[in-house]
Amino acid sequence: MISAHFTGRQGDFTLDAAFEVPGQGVTALFGPSGCGKTTVLRCMAGLAWLPGGHLRVNGVTWQEGRQITPPHRRAVGYVFQEASLFTHLSVRENLIYGLKRARGPLRISEAEVTQLLGIDPLLRRPTAALSGGERQRVAIGRALLSQPELLLMDEPLSALDRISRDEILPYLERLHASLQMPVMLVSHDLSEVERLADTLVLMEAGRVRAAGPIAAMQADPSLPLIHRPDLAAVIEGVVVALDPAYGLSTLQVPGGQIVVPGNLGPIGTRRRLRVPATDVSLGRHAPTDTTILNALPAVILGAEAAEGYQITVRLALGATGEGASLLARVSRKSWDGLGFRPGEKVVARLKAMALSAPAQTGG
Amino acid sequence: MTEGILFDAAMFETLALTLKLATVTTVLLLALGTPLAWWLSRGGGLWKEIVATLVSLPIVLPPTVLGFYLLIAMGPQSPLTALLGFKLSFTFAGLVVGSVIYSLPFVVNPIRNAFAAMGPRPMEVAATLRASPLDAFVTVALPQALPGLITGAILGFAHTVGEFGVVLMIGGGIPGRTKVLSVTIFDYVETLEWDKAHVLAGGMLAMSFVVILAMMLIERRYGTGARR
Repeated sequence: MISAHFTGRQGDFTLDAAFEVPGQGVTALFGPSGCGKTTVLRCMAGLAWLPGGHLRVNGVTWQEGRQITPPHRRAVGYVFQEASLFTHLSVRENLIYGLKRARGPLRISEAEVTQLLGIDPLLRRPTAALSGGERQRVAIGRALLSQPELLLMDEPLSALDRISRDEILPYLERLHASLQMPVMLVSHDLSEVERLADTLVLMEAGRVRAAGPIAAMQADPSLPLIHRPDLAAVIEGVVVALDPAYGLSTLQVPGGQIVVPGNLGPIGTRRRLRVPATDVSLGRHAPTDTTILNALPAVILGAEAAEGYQITVRLALGATGEGASLLARVSRKSWDGLGFRPGEKVVARLKAMALSAPAQTGG
Repeated sequence: MTEGILFDAAMFETLALTLKLATVTTVLLLALGTPLAWWLSRGGGLWKEIVATLVSLPIVLPPTVLGFYLLIAMGPQSPLTALLGFKLSFTFAGLVVGSVIYSLPFVVNPIRNAFAAMGPRPMEVAATLRASPLDAFVTVALPQALPGLITGAILGFAHTVGEFGVVLMIGGGIPGRTKVLSVTIFDYVETLEWDKAHVLAGGMLAMSFVVILAMMLIERRYGTGARR
């Protein structure tokens, strides 16, 4: 459990942010720029401090009001927006700077980190000769090797171009899959959050608007996420069948099975799906002649007006609505025409794409 | 005219004294100036600007003005002398004190600029990697500011070798104790020993050229290497 509360003024900005999130997995601090998410992260590291509040991470107290543990006595790893490698040190010296100073048991070794992040070929190069993406990988490795109990990442991809971003995301996903320590990720990019985060802390103007599992937050009608034009449901599933002849994989998700293009790895692999709300349509009966592969029973939970002619329908997968949450954006005309009601059982037809890059490569 | 002898014992004595003074002064300046430069480079505040102004005063102040006040401060009637129990004026220690104050801006300013150019980020990174503030200062801030430290040391050394007004005012030019190069050149010219004046003056000119060239080369080398 991570329990945090930071309150105080910085210049003419007032922060009063409190949240409790699980002490494992990836938690995204999400919100528009200037909402205070970086300040919260800096407070968690001890780089900034506000006189009010507290911070407890899995039983260890790092702040209680004015009693504040300085950053070098906290077992945190911090990845800044820019890699900020030490220019006077070699790549390897950068990597082991924190390792040499780490206390407590060794959780992750230099060999594991270089393997996990593909740093081996970079070790002999001068830091100035690395690309942006390579530098950020070294910075992440450096933070991991300091043996943190909490990894903090401040928009680690925002300073990178598209190509470097695509190069580094798979490494972050592998990190997510293979590390036990909790990660806090600051981001203003929802697609990044959908790929990486389990828990979402939604911030607005120095306050926490809501916090919870990402799927629940996306489907919460009281939150602004549901009105986004790029609204999607994030669903976790396990690969249960592969169809190499047609290039398809079947995932078991809570409340049904979804067929997804591509080979998503060996049976049993956990994968995350992104189902855009605009790719979901609703009907009363299972379709008999359609090119849509997925038709799943679901229960309507509610509907919110969306922009223009559309309506956003909240659903739960499964015949009794016991499964994962799903979102559909349909035209108000067909919604009214078909006369759907909350609580009604429907068949959701959908297209789904796997969110993450294949996890089996190089792993 | 002394028959063709351009170097004599007195000249070596004055040269040795000058180098000793410059070395001791430079070491002290680095020891005092580096923490001061660090303090001045972190954050603002009126206090820091006032201290920074005091540090920079010797750049614009006529050396005789500085020398005059130092002479008074080190003289027999001053509270400083009462406190120390001996007077600093016309002693080597007095010259060192005067030189440190006189050359302070030439050492502190380049180091301060180097620390300021570094920004707060490297120290934050070091802190999140478990380095204590002192550890981070030694292993991150000092190496990152190395070009500034080298520039400061060279400038401090060269400036101390070249000073005249302050040493004359507080040292007087006692052979073997306070008579440094620049004072000796003045004396040679006064006594029309132009050959000897030429040797020392030419040597100073050559040294100054080498010093400035070395600095340019250091800055060029580190200037390109220090990018992120």
